[in-house]
Amino acid sequence: MMGGYGDIKLLNDDGTRLDGRAVDELRPVEIKAGVLPVADGSAWVKHGLNVAVAAVYGPMEAHPRKIQRQDRAVIDVRYNMAPFSTSDRIRPGFNRRSREISKVTAEALESVVLVERFPRSKIRVEIEILAAEAGTRCVGITAASVALADAGIPMRDMIVGVASGKIEDVVVLDLDKAEDNYGQADLPMGILPNTGEIAFLQMDGDLSVEEYNLACEYNYKAASEIHELMKQALLDSASRGDA
Amino acid sequence: MNSNDGGAELRLVVPGDQIDAPPGTQPGSGVYKRGDNLVATKLGELKIGGDLAHVVPTFTKYLPRSGDLVIGYVEAVMNNLWFLDVGGPFNALLPMSLAPWKVEFGAAREHMGYGDAVLARVMEVDETHSVVATMKGVGLRKIKEGTIFEMPPHLIGLVIGSNGRTLQRLKVASDCRIITTQNGRILIDGNGKGIAIARKALQMIEETGHAPGLHSRLNGILGDDE
Repeated sequence: MMGGYGDIKLLNDDGTRLDGRAVDELRPVEIKAGVLPVADGSAWVKHGLNVAVAAVYGPMEAHPRKIQRQDRAVIDVRYNMAPFSTSDRIRPGFNRRSREISKVTAEALESVVLVERFPRSKIRVEIEILAAEAGTRCVGITAASVALADAGIPMRDMIVGVASGKIEDVVVLDLDKAEDNYGQADLPMGILPNTGEIAFLQMDGDLSVEEYNLACEYNYKAASEIHELMKQALLDSASRGDA
Repeated sequence: MNSNDGGAELRLVVPGDQIDAPPGTQPGSGVYKRGDNLVATKLGELKIGGDLAHVVPTFTKYLPRSGDLVIGYVEAVMNNLWFLDVGGPFNALLPMSLAPWKVEFGAAREHMGYGDAVLARVMEVDETHSVVATMKGVGLRKIKEGTIFEMPPHLIGLVIGSNGRTLQRLKVASDCRIITTQNGRILIDGNGKGIAIARKALQMIEETGHAPGLHSRLNGILGDDE
């Protein structure tokens, strides 16, 4: 699918993108923590036109018992797109894509949460995408990470989900819907902003080594911007006292 | 939560934040050591006092520790033991040998059934977080009267106050017996009017406890101090 659309133009003549952003510019991001009173921790993230809500429950006893680990907690992630999140109605329930994203998100989160503190337990993370415009897995990871911190779950660091990609042979940060659909490559990453480690990386399409390095550089820069917003959201919620 | 807490330095931190502390400071709860640096693992107030840095979390679930006084609800009854819901990830086990009565094998149900509340103490927590509770000890008993208020466990400190002053005021103003437990459940026993006053004050602490001016809001409910 990538790169097969020939004459579709995704860059303006002055080098900016169709929505007027520079190649290394993020879509506007807004983050709120502690939005759901019933959950132990929750977060709301708006990234461009994407809207995600994440809720965290636990740690609780892991059920069914066969999923229990004697030495650590398991993180049970359920990523779901609401039927109304895109213009084509999505059939409710798990599908192959949401199963994959749930799995990679759980693995990314397990690398930062101090799971060994909660043997035999389960931490339930629910990510609901209310509106989708490309890059929902990254938005989901960002939301889940804020929600985990809000729930008081001990973590080594937070994870920021960001993506870069390639359109018309130019590396750009944070693809929107048209760029994702008609672009040549997509590189979503989960970055630990304080240590610079990578907790999750996927690549769709082809990038040369130079392009990959540039995309990484963009992702790291964006991760530190989003991380500031995540911190601010958590501090706001903590000082409101309803975290 | 208190700003006059032994002159400790206060600041809000989020997980992953590096902590500036004098060299030699040890990691306390909510803090871990990465290389030579101390890093926060929880969202909350950082406190550095003496040679220990720790984070007082703004929210946390109850995790049982041995010695904790807890109020548990009976979740299940077996022939020789009860399972208590103490608000942690796992049910606590109360074997009949640790009950205050002489219980015959198979007669556990005659003493306590599903839904009964007990004041118990956590005796043992092992490395897989299995919890054993005991009812042998002064004041530990089956709860037969009063009402139980559920407070988030991390706010219990606010209810007690420094040197137990807030709790003492609550007791005096409501004329109730009030028992706070580490798992956040508070037993209030007294006349209806007193219970209502205590509940109102506790509800206020639950909703706005973190915001400044707690003392004057308490005065509004309980009447002026002294």
